[in-house]
Amino acid sequence: MKAFAELYAALDETTKTNEKVAALQRYLSAAAPEDAAWAVNFLVGRRPKRLLESRKLAEWAIAEAGVPDWIFGECFQAVGDFAETIALLLPPAAASTNLPLHYWIEQRLLPLREADDETRRAWLVSAWREMDEGQRFAWNKLLTGEFRVGVSQNLVVRAIAETGGLAPEVVAHRLMGDWLPTAEFWRQLLATEAAADISKPYPFFLAYPLEGPVEELGEIGAWQVEWKWDGIRAQLIRRAGHTFLWSRGEELITDRFPEIEAAGAALPEGTAIDGEVLPWQGGAPLPFAQMQRRIGRKALGKRILSEVPVVLMAYDLLEWEGRDIRERPLEWRRAQLESVPRDAALVLSPAVEAGSWEELRRLREESRARKVEGFMLKRRGSPYRVGRRRGDWWKWKIQPYSVDAVLIYAQPGNGRRASLFTDYTFGVWDGGKLVPFAKAYSGLSDEEIREVDAFVRRNTLERHGPVRMVKPELVFELAFEGIQRSPRHRSGIAVRFPRMARWRRDKKPEEADSIDTIRGLL
Amino acid sequence: MELRPNGLYCAPGDFYIDPWEPVERAVITHAHPDRAHPGSRAYLTARAGESLLRAVVGPEALVEAAEYGHSLKLGGAAVSLHPAGHIPGSAQVRVEYDGEVWVVSGDYKLEPDPTCAPFEPVRCHTFLTEATYGLPIFRWPPPAETMASTHAWWRANQEAGKNSLLYANPVGKMQRIVAMLDRSIGPVEQVTGLPAPERQAGDLPRLVLAPPSLHNTPWSRQFAPASTALAAGWMRIRGTRRRRALDRGFVLSDHADWPSLLRAIDATGAETVGVTHGFRGPLVRWLEEHGRRAVAVDARFESDL
Ligand SMILES: [Zn+2]
Repeated sequence: MKAFAELYAALDETTKTNEKVAALQRYLSAAAPEDAAWAVNFLVGRRPKRLLESRKLAEWAIAEAGVPDWIFGECFQAVGDFAETIALLLPPAAASTNLPLHYWIEQRLLPLREADDETRRAWLVSAWREMDEGQRFAWNKLLTGEFRVGVSQNLVVRAIAETGGLAPEVVAHRLMGDWLPTAEFWRQLLATEAAADISKPYPFFLAYPLEGPVEELGEIGAWQVEWKWDGIRAQLIRRAGHTFLWSRGEELITDRFPEIEAAGAALPEGTAIDGEVLPWQGGAPLPFAQMQRRIGRKALGKRILSEVPVVLMAYDLLEWEGRDIRERPLEWRRAQLESVPRDAALVLSPAVEAGSWEELRRLREESRARKVEGFMLKRRGSPYRVGRRRGDWWKWKIQPYSVDAVLIYAQPGNGRRASLFTDYTFGVWDGGKLVPFAKAYSGLSDEEIREVDAFVRRNTLERHGPVRMVKPELVFELAFEGIQRSPRHRSGIAVRFPRMARWRRDKKPEEADSIDTIRGLL
Repeated sequence: MELRPNGLYCAPGDFYIDPWEPVERAVITHAHPDRAHPGSRAYLTARAGESLLRAVVGPEALVEAAEYGHSLKLGGAAVSLHPAGHIPGSAQVRVEYDGEVWVVSGDYKLEPDPTCAPFEPVRCHTFLTEATYGLPIFRWPPPAETMASTHAWWRANQEAGKNSLLYANPVGKMQRIVAMLDRSIGPVEQVTGLPAPERQAGDLPRLVLAPPSLHNTPWSRQFAPASTALAAGWMRIRGTRRRRALDRGFVLSDHADWPSLLRAIDATGAETVGVTHGFRGPLVRWLEEHGRRAVAVDARFESDL
């Protein structure tokens, strides 16, 4: 556990990719297989089902630290991270052990689920007493399931590949789908040949946003253009008489979308299609919020199925007749994809025809009317790659909407944004009042965040728990991607992906936009 | 003793302690920029802090220096300065009038520091304490332990051919670190003022001590490849280090941690405790729950490091 805690600290301490990979590799090559398997399990973001309520954990830590309840809240405010607050607050351990990670997980952590509260408390307190501060922190992270260390799946894959002397694509593929963190799994992960799992999807190829002018991509003829749809990226697989639908988050979502499962059943053996699940009616997408209504439900009734039907918008073909065809050129895969038998729930992503970039630019103006986010540009002749890569796929999105709004509430951030006011709520004018309109966390420089933080501290009008109501004075330009009516929001409007585009120091709060202006965007 | 727009004022002695606006007479606990401001007519400081204060208030100002423990008459009040252990020349101000004793701590710490006289507990009726780190999560490791990890980091950087940029408060903290450094590891360079010296071509990898304000500036970038670190009490919290995009954080503070605050307050025997700077609210509430009279006192300036 010490080594694992040190790995956590090492990953946390550097922002440099190579150093992160080196730290991972150091840990993985020294760890016992059963420890390596658990480490990978957490590093790729898988976590055990919720073991216990955070409230209980806090209660027991408070008792062990011998401090009053209220001070835990004050400490959490300053630290911004639950697991860390507990680790810092507990009294120093008299002695610390160094037992392996898998022992802590299998013998001490997982059994908590079956135990009653009194036993849990006793076990946890004795665990804390056996650990130094670093171990306690890692342990608390495992307990609370907030195990994020700022390493992408790509980095973990690279480190495993380097540890085992394998191609990263092979490791990425082996990490997809269902597996248990056992010594056996770790051996298979590093094995030179592994038996195939029939449900296993391919890693998704992800596009980068286009930064420069589109003309820099060269001849338009070298590019296949498609609309950029806004849904759930997914992979539909038909193998050994079974259908599997995987989300990009590597979740098996087949039973959420019976229409697509049925379409999958009609596919020939050994087929894998990359696409996007879209709420779809009358040949056009429904607003994404409709999809959220459907995802939010445990049981899919007839009504929701008929109100929010879905399709899979097919982008690419990855496996055909049981063979991995990702290395074949794009045109070849596209031609093959067009020949795949389709039913109503499987739609082919239309190719957009344009003779010049200029013409394409004009077409792009129609994006909003077509309810798409712009274009996907795919280089002809390119293979289907793994992960986010520059060069062959670009997303060319439309300019986001923007609105000038006034900062009205602020609260401290979490994790690395601890002890600063970084989470803001913005208001726009409705009559003589500012109504909350959107929340945004990102978009400011560190310097600006510190400035806003100081402003919040000096201009607090009211406190509601961690939330400060501030003097309405600062104006920000907010950018966002989508907008729609929402009875759940006080402004009657919901926006997608709001963020701070810039600080309008030149504007007075009176000059911020009104709700009527924003309704005009609908 | 009362809080006026210009700062903390002692009416019987007609002087201010660490005023934030120019006044007739200012008694200064120490020369940090949140405590000492130029423009007042006359200053009183501890002898050991005279040169640091002079650097802040300029050559023209009237500065009187007193030995620690030496009692002076200011108006009707008896005033003496006592070591606070914060930075060189830092003092607690003891004020006695009509049998009532006040002690204003300024900033202080209880850990050993080779560059300044150790904190001296002074009995009083009313104690005005700082609370920069007034939460129980702030518990300092022994300075020797912190220096051991600092040395290990520096050594690893030397071996990797990287510069080590260690940021620290240039008034006090930096001198304290220098006094504890193992010079056998490599060359050391200290940047206290601005403009900071440029890097010379052909320089060997080294430890560069610099003010935190130089982090992530064109100046700091000329030292690439470099590993960056900050030495401060805030480094106890992971988020504050990450937010500043530093590679490492070393927990080394010139302020009292939570156990020290409680110990120092106890040692004064004070009936009333005023709490200023930092986490005032929590410390006030804690003291009240432990049977002491406590009040929060606002300060206009708060130092960050
Ligand atoms: Zn100070």
